[in-house]
Amino acid sequence: MADDRRGDPAGATPPSRELLSAADVTRTIARIAHQIIEKTAGVEGVVLIGIPTRGTVLAARLAAAIAEFEGSAPPVGSVDPTLYRDDLRRRPARALEDTAVPDTGVDDALVVLVDDVLMSGRTVRAALDALSEHGRPRAVQLAVLVDRGHRELPIRADYVGKNVPTARDEQILVLLSEIDGSDGVRLRRAGADA
Amino acid sequence: MKHLLSVSDLDAAAATGVLDTADRLKQALLGREVRKLPTLRGRTVITMFYEDSTRTRVSFEIAGKWMSADTVNVSAKGSSVSKGESLRDTSLTLSAMGADCVIVRHPASGAAHRLAGWVDRDHATTGTHTSVVNAGDGTHEHPTQALLDAATLRDRLGGIAGRRIGIVGDVLHSRVARSNVLLLATLGADVVLVAPPTLLPTGVEEWPCRVAAELDAELPALDAVMMLRVQAERMHGSFFPSAREYAIGYGLSADRAALLPDHAVVLHPGPMVRGMEIAPSVADSPSAAILAQVSNGVHVRMAVLYHLLAGAPE
Repeated sequence: MADDRRGDPAGATPPSRELLSAADVTRTIARIAHQIIEKTAGVEGVVLIGIPTRGTVLAARLAAAIAEFEGSAPPVGSVDPTLYRDDLRRRPARALEDTAVPDTGVDDALVVLVDDVLMSGRTVRAALDALSEHGRPRAVQLAVLVDRGHRELPIRADYVGKNVPTARDEQILVLLSEIDGSDGVRLRRAGADA
Repeated sequence: MKHLLSVSDLDAAAATGVLDTADRLKQALLGREVRKLPTLRGRTVITMFYEDSTRTRVSFEIAGKWMSADTVNVSAKGSSVSKGESLRDTSLTLSAMGADCVIVRHPASGAAHRLAGWVDRDHATTGTHTSVVNAGDGTHEHPTQALLDAATLRDRLGGIAGRRIGIVGDVLHSRVARSNVLLLATLGADVVLVAPPTLLPTGVEEWPCRVAAELDAELPALDAVMMLRVQAERMHGSFFPSAREYAIGYGLSADRAALLPDHAVVLHPGPMVRGMEIAPSVADSPSAAILAQVSNGVHVRMAVLYHLLAGAPE
């Protein structure tokens, strides 16, 4: 969960620009699913681990897409990075999210971490630490729907839905129907208010 | 949340927040070989116990350790307390040593409140920042016990709102009963106290619960029953004729437990006096959640430490 990308889509939404439509989101997930199948040569031993909350939803959708193309779905789970964050002391205590590692575990698996937006890389760093407590994967890859730049750590994604150059104070809003009622990715301008 | 002194510090949303955090922490540690989270690295947690305790003190210590805090135990025996140091001086000394959290148990009701007042005043002058957790003060409150009982009931019953929960026995001397009545009522439960009239505190009619004297009449409608320990160490008079008579009137025997619905849960905050307030066969039966209470205690106390210490200071 990058910090400054999440608004309240249901609240008073200031002017925002559409980056991906609902159909684009579906196509993008299908493309990433194909790329995962190609790069892992048939998803043998692959485990998808989402970073809550939207990363978990994306991981489930990727698994469904992979099942459609490949015939079998990889195990899906989630790992909450909150307890491993480096900025806990900078804001009031946060609510914790779901951690559910598949029964098969992650030992010697090829784990694909899934999140909606990649920015500083600090969330992914925390998620890697959290993941390592649950076992020792053979390798870990990263899939994100949007890479918006502004990295603060040497982390890059293996699968990227869309690269979006952004200003630091802009917001990326990822909407997924399971949580937000509809699919889409929008960019909210800096300082724009209702 | 700066301190946790009373369950009345928590509204339903805050209490549910702590219970949810406890569930998540349990989940995060599930099936792991190394039960250690880095979240409170470098924070110092001191338990200061002026009364005997096994589970509460150990449970707080484990909670702190599993979150990587440095935990230090101070007991009244073997510390400067036995040389006559006051509670105020001892607590300010620990605060000056850099304690981020002081967990206190004391035989005097209100001790934790006093302590919180002192460290807050001290904070204004020295800038040290210490949270206080009440781990039981006299006959007043024991908030983390109520939270772990609520966590256990939520686990077993699937929820608390609308459930009927009986609390039976020595209510007069029980901080567990007081905290539980307040918290369970806040969470929407229908609470019934069952006790001999001599073991009810004055003012109990203002508590958010019903009071009954006949245990057998209540049992068939209860979703859970919490048996309280008879606190002989706090009884300086005669409150009932004999232990045997108490057990006959208010002990949970096997025959009585049979009156409970099948899904009902039996709780006891421990330590149990088997044969007095609870029969051994009931304490060891599948409907008893007494050991689940203990293991939930660790996760609930981790959650309390998380809410007090993990975020930015208020």
